Amino acid sequence: MLTRQERSPIVPEEETTTKYEIVVNEDWCKGCGFCYTFCPREVLEKSTTFNSKGYYPPEATNIDRCVGCGLCEAICPDFAIHVEEKKTKTTTKRGRK
Amino acid sequence: MTTTPKTITEGEHPILDYIRRDRLPHIFCSACGIGTVLNAFANALRSLNYDIDRLVVISGIGCTGRASGYFAADGYHTTHGRAIAFASGVKVANPDLNPVVISGDGDLFAIGGNHFIHAARRNVDMLVLCINNFNYGMTGGQMGPTTPDSAITVTSPDGNIEHPFNLVSVAAASGAVFVARWTALHARRLTKSIEKALQKKGFKFIEVISPCPTLYDRYNRHGSGLDVMKKYRELSVIRNFTDPMKAEIDYRTRIVCGEFVDTEKPEFTDLLAKQAETLQQR
Ligand SMILES: Cc1ncc(C[n+]2csc(CCOP(=O)(O)OP(=O)(O)O)c2C)c(N)n1
Ligand code: SF4
Ligand code: SF4
Ligand code: SF4
Ligand SMILES: [Mg+2]
Repeated sequence: MLTRQERSPIVPEEETTTKYEIVVNEDWCKGCGFCYTFCPREVLEKSTTFNSKGYYPPEATNIDRCVGCGLCEAICPDFAIHVEEKKTKTTTKRGRK
Repeated sequence: MTTTPKTITEGEHPILDYIRRDRLPHIFCSACGIGTVLNAFANALRSLNYDIDRLVVISGIGCTGRASGYFAADGYHTTHGRAIAFASGVKVANPDLNPVVISGDGDLFAIGGNHFIHAARRNVDMLVLCINNFNYGMTGGQMGPTTPDSAITVTSPDGNIEHPFNLVSVAAASGAVFVARWTALHARRLTKSIEKALQKKGFKFIEVISPCPTLYDRYNRHGSGLDVMKKYRELSVIRNFTDPMKAEIDYRTRIVCGEFVDTEKPEFTDLLAKQAETLQQR
């Protein structure tokens, strides 16, 4: 026999998944390379195209690996890169735990 | 006049509330560490939700001296070496204001050295952020009081024969209540130390070792600013509360970073107010 608690109804559960987005202000970037060198997750790469001043800005070629640590944002001398958090809520039906 | 912070719109860099965005991009060379320190300072203001109407950013002359012009707060771009004298004046005239000095090694410790040691001795409430790039950047890379032994600069082409100051040890010996050193690589630890210092009363000093790829690091063949930052990663060791006298900076062996002093002592403008009150009651 199941106890009362074990027989509790199946309720939909809300799950939050956090994704990150890297925003680069290409016009302000001076191509120092700090962000893509020191990112601990190898999310960023030097872009293959240059900006109006001839500097190569970063590109988030591996965004799925980003953990939102914010190092790129903190280390940039030119305020040219920052990370944004995108939270999405998904409702899933879960069985008993 | 104070600029009231605007609200960040989506997609904008979150520190821009504290920055005069009309002045960007800033003048600093590519891979210069000064911008990273300004970023850290703005970040600290943001995480403390700091009252910008009570903040006064003051700097002297030099590349670092341009710092005061980039913040959306009141500020003074003072004469060479006098940033701390201005900051003391601000604090004494209106103790409700919080002066923050951001200036270079040459400005604060050569021409401005006396102001530094005496404001620290008196324990006047202010935060001093010194960007140490081991030379006078703005004027073309001359040697100064922090230029290391044997280093090449335009005024020491055969190697520096002077003994440099160890800034954290000067600050501690002069009486600063908070003393820390980081490199530009330690952007987040630096931000934390700035936060801590901003919440503390008295004379606080933070030194930030910073690349000057255009002059100092070029004359000394250190490679690009990025190479210098990689070197900081290799050389820096964190030793909190180590004796500042022993916190060396040696580009061949190691750079000792950390928070070295965190203590309390009566602050100058508090003592001044107390004395004025006693005198009035007589
Ligand atoms: C009274 C006076 N003397 C000399 C100068 C020239 N001068 C301008 S900036 C500077 C040194 C700046 O060095 P530092 O404070 O280390 O700043 P950095 O440019 O390295 O950031 C000097 C000597 C001046 N502007 N005024
Ligand atoms: S937030 Fe961290 S993990 Fe993501 S790109 Fe920036 S440095 Fe890399
Ligand atoms: S740290 Fe900033 S300036 Fe340097 S390459 Fe990255 S985005 Fe550009
Ligand atoms: S000269 Fe040196 S200190 Fe001045 S902005 Fe250029 S890299 Fe920075
Ligand atoms: Mg300097």
